[in-house]
Amino acid sequence: MLDDFLIRAALAGMGVALAAAPLGCFVVWRRMAYFGDATAHAAILGVALSLALSLPVFTGALAVALVMALAVVYWSGREVAIDTALGVIAHSALAFGLVAITFVDGARLDLAAYLFGDILAVTRGDLAIIWGGAALVLALLAWRWNALLTATLSPDLAAAGGIHARREQMALTVALALVVAVAIKVVGALLIGALLLIPAAAARPLSDTPERMALIAAGFGVLSALGGMQGAFWLDTPAGPTIVCAAALIFVAVQSLRGLFRR
Amino acid sequence: MSLIAAKDLSVAYGGGTVLQGVDLTITPGEIVTLVGPNGSGKSTLVRALVGSVPLSRGRVTRKPGLRLGYVPQKLAIDPTLPMTVTRFLNLPHRSDAATQAAALAQAGATSLADRQMSDLSGGQFQRALLARALLNRPELLILDEPTQGLDQPGSAAFYRLIEDIRTSLGCAVLMVSHELHVVMSASDRVICLNGHVCCEGHPEVVAQAAEYRALFGSGTQGALALYRHEHSHSHDHPHGHEHSHSHEHTH
Repeated sequence: MLDDFLIRAALAGMGVALAAAPLGCFVVWRRMAYFGDATAHAAILGVALSLALSLPVFTGALAVALVMALAVVYWSGREVAIDTALGVIAHSALAFGLVAITFVDGARLDLAAYLFGDILAVTRGDLAIIWGGAALVLALLAWRWNALLTATLSPDLAAAGGIHARREQMALTVALALVVAVAIKVVGALLIGALLLIPAAAARPLSDTPERMALIAAGFGVLSALGGMQGAFWLDTPAGPTIVCAAALIFVAVQSLRGLFRR
Repeated sequence: MSLIAAKDLSVAYGGGTVLQGVDLTITPGEIVTLVGPNGSGKSTLVRALVGSVPLSRGRVTRKPGLRLGYVPQKLAIDPTLPMTVTRFLNLPHRSDAATQAAALAQAGATSLADRQMSDLSGGQFQRALLARALLNRPELLILDEPTQGLDQPGSAAFYRLIEDIRTSLGCAVLMVSHELHVVMSASDRVICLNGHVCCEGHPEVVAQAAEYRALFGSGTQGALALYRHEHSHSHDHPHGHEHSHSHEHTH
C-alpha cells in the first residue's frame, strides 16, 4: 500500500496536520503566530547545513529551529521586544540559509521544494520520521496539557499551582521546532505557519473548551491535507500550497456559516 | 504557628529594588490587608509569597502542606481561548463535580458554571476566580486587588462574601487593596507598604499613624465609617498595641 506515492503523500499530510493543529491552538492562544513563522523560516538555514554536511534534512532543520527558538526565548524580554528578536534571528537565518544553499551542488534546484514543500516525493523513511515526530509532539502536548493551559492563562496562577511557566514555554518551543522539522518536506518553510494557524482559527467559533478546539482543529487539519491532496491531483497544482488553500476554504466556510446563523 | 512568613524579603526588577527587607507573618484565621500607593510593591509582595517572583534576598517559609488559594490581579483571558467556568475550575488539577459545586456556591457563582470566561462581567469573573481558589478548602486565601473595576456596591458585596467565606472556612485572608476605607474596617490587621513596611497594626491604629497619613493623607477618615457592618468581633480590644494581631476569637 505504501508503494503508492499518493498514499504516502496523504499519510504524510495527515501526520503533519494532526500534530500541527493542536499545537497551533497554543500558537493562537498565546499569540505566537509570528514565532511559528520565524522558526519555520530559520529552518531553511538548517536545510542548507544538512545538504552541505550530507545529513538528513530533518536533523538540520530540527537543530536550527531549536537553537533559534531557544535563543529567542532566552533573549526576548531583556532589552529587545520579542517580535524584534524574532525578526532579527529569523530573517538572518533565512538569508544565511538562502545564501549558503547556493554553495551546495545541485541544491539550488531543490530550494523551492523546501520553501513550498514536495509532499509527492515523501519516502517511507520520511513517513516514519513524520509520524514519529507527530506522535512525539502529541504525547508532549497531552502530557503537559493542563500545565500548558494554566501557564497560558496566567503565569501567576501557574506559579501558585507549582507550575514553571517558563518550562512550559520551553516545552511548546520544542514542540514547535519538531513540527517545523517534520513539516518542512510536506508544506515547506513558508507555509508551515498556515498549517498551524488556519485550522485552529477555523475551529475557534465551534468550540467552548480548549480540548474541543484542539480536536476540531485536528479534524480540519486532516480534512485540509486530504482535500488539498485531492485538489492538487485534479487541478495539477503544487500539493503544499493546495493543502493550505483547502484549510483557508474551511476557515471561510465556517465564518460564513456562522454569519448566516447569527442573522 | 504561622501559615506563611516572609523574612527580610527583597525583590529587584532590572536594577530597581521594588521591595526591601519586608517581614510579614500570617497566622491562622486573620484578615490582613495590604495597602500602599501605586508602585509600592503590593502585588510584587503577594506574587513573591505565592512564588511567581524570584526573591533577591530573604526567604518565604510556608507551613508544611499549606493549602493556599490565590486570586491573581485581573486576569485577561484571550478571547481566542474558549474556556467555560467549569473547565477553568479544573486547572491545573482536575477536581470532582461535588467539590466544584461547593466552591461555586460558596463564591456565589453557581449560575456561572457553563458560561464562557470571556463573557463574564467584572464581578462575575472575580467570583469565578474566587471559586477556583476555594477548591482546595484553603487555609490561606490570597487576593490581589479583587475588587478592581467593581463599583462600590459590587466591592462591598465582594468583601462581605470574603468575610462569610472566612467565617465558614476559618481560613486566613491576605488581601491587597487600593480602597483603604472599605477594607480597613473589615481587617484584623493592616500593613501599609511603600517598598518596605511603613506601619502595621489594627486598622484604627494604622489610620492614626503618622506614616500612614503621610502616604494617604487623612482624607479617608470620614469614609472609614462607610463600611462598618456587623463586623464586631474583638473590636473591644484596647487599641494601643502596634504590630499586634492577638485576636483570640473568644466570642
